Amino acid sequence: MTRAPDPSWIEARLVGARPQAVAALLRYFRDLDLAEEAFQEACLRALRSWPQNGPPRDCAGWLIMVGRNAALDHIRRRAKLTDLPPEDALSDHGEPEPDMAERLDAADYRDDILRLLFICCHPDLPATQQIALALRVVSGLPVARIAAAFVVGERAMEQRITRAKRRIAQADVPFETPGPLERAERFASVAAMIYLVFNEGYTDANPASERAALCGEAIRLARLMLRMFPSEPEMMGLLALMLLQHSRQKARFDGAGLPILLEDQDRKLWNRHMIAESLAMIDKAMLHHRPGPYQIQAAIAALHARAQTPEETDWAGIDQLYEALEQRAPSPVVSLNRAVAVSKLHGPQAALDMIEPLSERLDGYFYFHGMRGALLEKLGRNAEARDAFGHAIALANTPAEAAHIRQHLDRM
Amino acid sequence: MLYTLLCYNDEAITSAWTDEEDAAVMARLDVVHRKWADKFQPMARLMPTSAATTLRKRDGEILDGPYAETKEQLLGFYVVDVEDLEMALHIARDLTEANPGGAYELRPIMIYYPNGKAVENDPGT
Repeated sequence: MTRAPDPSWIEARLVGARPQAVAALLRYFRDLDLAEEAFQEACLRALRSWPQNGPPRDCAGWLIMVGRNAALDHIRRRAKLTDLPPEDALSDHGEPEPDMAERLDAADYRDDILRLLFICCHPDLPATQQIALALRVVSGLPVARIAAAFVVGERAMEQRITRAKRRIAQADVPFETPGPLERAERFASVAAMIYLVFNEGYTDANPASERAALCGEAIRLARLMLRMFPSEPEMMGLLALMLLQHSRQKARFDGAGLPILLEDQDRKLWNRHMIAESLAMIDKAMLHHRPGPYQIQAAIAALHARAQTPEETDWAGIDQLYEALEQRAPSPVVSLNRAVAVSKLHGPQAALDMIEPLSERLDGYFYFHGMRGALLEKLGRNAEARDAFGHAIALANTPAEAAHIRQHLDRM
Repeated sequence: MLYTLLCYNDEAITSAWTDEEDAAVMARLDVVHRKWADKFQPMARLMPTSAATTLRKRDGEILDGPYAETKEQLLGFYVVDVEDLEMALHIARDLTEANPGGAYELRPIMIYYPNGKAVENDPGT
């Protein structure tokens, strides 16, 4: 076995094998901390053994076996059993692979990983804890990086993750293989959690920040899910949606970190590779004839991506897709977004008529007032527009959002 | 003599690369691509296997994901320029008529250099 020239090759293998290995170790030990410790120990042994012996053919299998043996050894020691097996019986010197193949097949891995992700999105956990836990346990990001992504101290993040783990330990997590219905439910929760991770990163203007890196991590998780469960059209839709949104990363903010509206973005900055991959994912998903909210949102984003200029945008198609989305996943925010298409197709008055009934439910929503202001401005009702923009500024979630509305006011 | 060099690696590893690591690998490869520019014919980097679809020729069944069986061997490949997956499948079915048995994996191409050169106009990033 020739050695790779770059010493980081081990690191990449450990990161790549992590979800599978931790997930399988969790099945053995039914305890998140123990599974993580076992994986850590296996990594340490890999760092000692692989530079000499080269990487094993099945890295995840090696790490699972070595980690499991090391943890069992540890448990026995803790139980003060004197009768320890000889070192080489559980060491990393032997090749653990031959008997791995029989014990672990793809079907086990699949449900292991689904379970691991599902545990992280336990309904008892608030969204921020779900994301933090998934990033720590599944992706293996160091606590310092997760803390940086959430702009909190490392100690505080450590505590947040510990609390989340404790809550999960108390909750009753089923370890038997899930039935089809349960699997589908788990799948939906996991998809929602992956999208949460993505959205956490999406709002960051600096593409080099830890927070923005969460977008890439979410995309990686979705690809991982699709490698395990290749025939899930909603996961294809989610991956496509995230790729399309991420493809605009370099175009979405100006030099000062202020958001740039879709129609004002420099489309040459959109990442064509990501767009191409997402279009391929949508094509695949459509063969299933099982549309869902992620697929529809991806299809909407794809119509924007296909337009070379804002004028080429297929607003009628977007309007139809929003209508389908309203039927499947009705929400005032969806209707608000649809109003953008309606405004392009039938003018600002039609769009305003459409969003006015939402005013009660969206009164506390920044974008509602921002959009209402923009429509009123187009209708020449400047006094009312100023009023609406004032509302929006008061509700802005970030200084950048407020600054964006102020630009509008300045232009008026 | 024409040879194809088919690239294999563990996707769990390559997908764990950061953008910087990925770019570093591509930059190192690029040096080699330039060195042998007069030897390289079409070059392609494929999209991840999550973007693959497989047409099983025996029954015309469409499966998600790459072709996973190990009983068959890779015997050839086509590059087709089509509107969408539907049209690629249409062509693959026509090929099946002419030559049943085995399968076609349809994998979209991410980066394609038809004549092995032209690294300058990368349509990505």
